Amino acid sequence: MASSVSAIAERDLPARYKGLGRRRFNSFLGTGLALFCALVAAASLLAILGYVVRQGVGAINWEFLTDVPHPIGVPGGGVGNGIVGSLIIIGIATLMALPVGLLTGIYLALFGRGVLPESLRFLSDVLSGVPSIAIGLFAYALLVAPFKHFSAFSASFAFMMLMLPLLVRTSEQAIRTVPQTVREGALALGMSNFRATIQIVLPTALPAIVTALLLAIARVTGETAPLLFTAFGSQFWETNPGNPMAELSLQVFTYAISPYPSWQAQAWGGALLLIVAVFVLSLGARLMLARAMRGLSE
Amino acid sequence: MENAQPGGAPQFRRVARFVSPTDRGFAAIVYAGSALFALLILGLFIELLLGSWPSIAKFGPAFIWHSAWNPIANQFGALPMIYGTVVTSLIAIILAAFIGILAAVYLADFAPRWLAAPLSFLIELLAAVPSVVYGLWGLFVLAPFVRTSIGPALQSVLGWTPLFSGPIYGVGLLTGGLILALMIVPTVTAISRDVVAAIPRDLREASMALGSTKWETAMRVVLPAARVGVFGACVLALGRALGETIAVTMVIGNRPEISASLFAPSYTLASVIANEFTEATTDIYISALIQLGLILFFVSVVVNALARVMIWSVRGSERTL
Repeated sequence: MASSVSAIAERDLPARYKGLGRRRFNSFLGTGLALFCALVAAASLLAILGYVVRQGVGAINWEFLTDVPHPIGVPGGGVGNGIVGSLIIIGIATLMALPVGLLTGIYLALFGRGVLPESLRFLSDVLSGVPSIAIGLFAYALLVAPFKHFSAFSASFAFMMLMLPLLVRTSEQAIRTVPQTVREGALALGMSNFRATIQIVLPTALPAIVTALLLAIARVTGETAPLLFTAFGSQFWETNPGNPMAELSLQVFTYAISPYPSWQAQAWGGALLLIVAVFVLSLGARLMLARAMRGLSE
Repeated sequence: MENAQPGGAPQFRRVARFVSPTDRGFAAIVYAGSALFALLILGLFIELLLGSWPSIAKFGPAFIWHSAWNPIANQFGALPMIYGTVVTSLIAIILAAFIGILAAVYLADFAPRWLAAPLSFLIELLAAVPSVVYGLWGLFVLAPFVRTSIGPALQSVLGWTPLFSGPIYGVGLLTGGLILALMIVPTVTAISRDVVAAIPRDLREASMALGSTKWETAMRVVLPAARVGVFGACVLALGRALGETIAVTMVIGNRPEISASLFAPSYTLASVIANEFTEATTDIYISALIQLGLILFFVSVVVNALARVMIWSVRGSERTL
């Protein structure tokens, strides 16, 4: 049908409407260009991923995962202390970010209108755009400079700041998406607002909040910049958050810019570990999100 | 979802009345948590300001346009880093906007369903790749490629302009811009796709009914209708490029010089902090570095506020970025 209509148009219309063939050809080219752009973006991920896997797989073995770095010239060594350091630093950051983020999210969801909540939302969005290196400077000024001592805790503090905006906005939205009728039902049954929030609203919103938490953890797992002058790095097994500590992404950075081929090889191994960790977290977040959507539509 | 208005924010209905002692305590804890959050953000600003005060007091506004950065001679001027930051970010946003917007249009309006989902997924995963991995790849794959292939090719065609003259080191402004482009393409694509998808179907149908092809509809009707939001997506991506640290630090060459050539090594605000902060020995040196962080903070606040207002105006504020 469409072609016969255009055939009529081609013959009967004034000259300026002609050239449908050419317009179709241009559209075909344009669509091809758009497809090409989408493929370029997707292919660059596969290129980077493929290269990291190829370079990184050879570096990974049991010793790499469990040993501390060896000095230059001593073969072997690993990033075991960095993996443990990442877990400690990110763990503490999560423990600090979760209550503050959740409480602020509850506040914004329950007392959503007015100047104060609106400005808090704005501040939260501003914070999400602040470069991580500036947040690292804040952690340094607050927790490193006064004690003249680098510490894993100051790194956790910086990571907490990076996690908060995502947690705040997502938990607010998750809580607000819980139908008002559910809350009203709980209140009508005589529950206090406290119990209604803790026992009814939060569990309903839980999958969405867990999604946000996983994404926030994924985000800081890939962060390196604020660690340079907070966690600082370490060659040893260090588990005291008050001391400088190794961290996986920081080790990758240090090894990558070093002039030693053996360290550079280990950087690829570390990079592969980081990518796997971040992708697992992101995929987990996606699965949780799918569950959250299903839960709400039921 | 009963209380959600179509396409807008769920309605606020304040039923919370906090009268019982338990509820009062609950409200107090909630207030305290939010107050702490607000304090942390204000603290960030105040600490950066306090930390840079010695430098601000000593150099005044000239800090921004002085081009000498020589810590040994106690000369601190931010211009080379501002130049490096602006040039790398411009390269990045020009490339990322072109690729990202077209990819978004394709994903929203053209791609068959079986292709749109996996492509979107791959592009979004690109955003999850850690910065240090981009840097590693940039240093060992992209920089040599720029030195041996992209650089000479550009120079043979455009070598007569100062932009593409001089020796090609591999690391430098161009490589930094390319890595940044790769890192911000997912931001441009994901948000633009949402914005384009939010444009009413009626507009597309009206345009097609008037005889436009699908492509003409996308370019002349849908994109113009979505332009504010798409522009906002680009500005937001630009904000990320300006503040990105580790990947750029690894491929920029780290030299505080202003040079017309895109092949020349340079420095950005973020990378000079990353590189020199732990080695800074004098108080004024540390303070100057913190002031670079303060500049970065201000720029990111302005850019992000702008971007969010634009995106909200089209798409609504509901999805977290």
